[in-house]
Amino acid sequence: MRMVIVAGTPGSGKTAVLIHALKRLIERGLNPSVVKIDCLYTDDDKKFAKIGVPTQVGLSMDMCPDHYAIYNLEDMISWADENESDFLVVETAGLCHRCAPYTMNCLGVCVIDATSGPNTPLKVGPFLSTADIAVITKGDMISQAEREIFRERVLEVNPQCKIIEANGLSGQGCVELGEEMLKSKEVALGKEKLRHSAPLAVCTLCVGETKVNKKYHRGILRRIDGFQSYKGE
Amino acid sequence: MVDTITIIGGYDKQGNKEPVEEVVIKKGEIFGVVGPTGSGKSSLIGDIEQLAQEDTFSKRKILVNDKQPSYDDRTNPRKKMVAQLSQNMNFLADMSVGDFLSLHAKCRGASSKCVDAVVNLANTLTGEPIKKDHELTILSGGQSRALMVADVAIISDSPIVLIDEIENAGIRKHDALQVLSGHGKIVMVVTHDPVLALMADRRIVMKNGGMRKVLSTTAEEKTISKKLNKIDELMLNLRDKVRNGEVIEDIEMKDVRI
Repeated sequence: MRMVIVAGTPGSGKTAVLIHALKRLIERGLNPSVVKIDCLYTDDDKKFAKIGVPTQVGLSMDMCPDHYAIYNLEDMISWADENESDFLVVETAGLCHRCAPYTMNCLGVCVIDATSGPNTPLKVGPFLSTADIAVITKGDMISQAEREIFRERVLEVNPQCKIIEANGLSGQGCVELGEEMLKSKEVALGKEKLRHSAPLAVCTLCVGETKVNKKYHRGILRRIDGFQSYKGE
Repeated sequence: MVDTITIIGGYDKQGNKEPVEEVVIKKGEIFGVVGPTGSGKSSLIGDIEQLAQEDTFSKRKILVNDKQPSYDDRTNPRKKMVAQLSQNMNFLADMSVGDFLSLHAKCRGASSKCVDAVVNLANTLTGEPIKKDHELTILSGGQSRALMVADVAIISDSPIVLIDEIENAGIRKHDALQVLSGHGKIVMVVTHDPVLALMADRRIVMKNGGMRKVLSTTAEEKTISKKLNKIDELMLNLRDKVRNGEVIEDIEMKDVRI
């Protein structure tokens, strides 16, 4: 199974860009399946269904969407297998961007919105810095100078990535993304690893503690001065 | 060096082949793009900006010196052959004018010494002066536009310059056009303004997303263009007077015999 994992900030145009790129894959005789991971709500499955791609939705609810995506990867692959697909596209709504959902052998695609300002690439962390491809959207909304500065900032964070400037409305740049997707490798699930560790988060907040006072908290905790400790049994 | 760019026609909004199959634009030429709103002028400019290779909605192909540009030529800002002045002038970057210009100079491989030159040039085109420590986001539409004109002229000093509806910005458009059409550059101007359209050597007429025809500016049109320029100067002078709080008592029409 070949796999593409697409991550990006909400509203950056992941689905729109993907739909154009998937059309290219279908034209080239491939048979993709899509899994859309979101937190609370999505109707993107209807959009994918419109172009005839089998789609499954996963709502992570109160679990971190990236953890949820990673934990369910095996099931997604076997579901794509059942569809007789040769290609799985996972679109995930990562939120904090402290981690990155990409595995070693998948094609990691990060979709980032140029209107979010030139400092955004420096803020989003591994989901951009470990991506193979950075798709920059909404460049048509800003001046050429700002677009070039944004591009430079992306390269500062991830000098190896390939940058594709795309437009989800017109489909510009999406053919190129489709071509890159065709180059993705086979994943071997037994040995597949994440490119970046998930966040440090084993604490009482994870299991539902709502009190703010420090004395109620257990787990691996870090103080504002940087001191990190484990508290608990 | 860019001697020619060739636009090879694609398809209009309905998916029909464009009536104009090929346009070759030579070094030093000022080219207009005209047509009603929504007729595809900005997408034509967009295709040229990206040096499209049948990979945009229109499926047009752009050749530079009769050759297909390389991927690097198309994407690397240090090699970029096209400088674009788009309609979108809202700055979103949360930084000062000086920082922004030095960052852009770095992207384009230009010296950060040119920052002062850009600000000075911008201030010849706009009313209230722009300062280096101004935040970008407080600039007015006209100031942003003037700053971008100066940026395109100095930092993004590319052989092809694309200008999208410069008349909308309330800046001195003749001066701006002069600043931008430096020696030997190909200049493409998208415009609804007859003054600018007739200043061009040729113009593409757009309709329904396709290039309908290419017109050469006739000798009569050149004469009319000169008259229109006079009217325009008159309007600009009046505008300056009104802006500066003067009372208009009379206007000089003797230069403009229509």
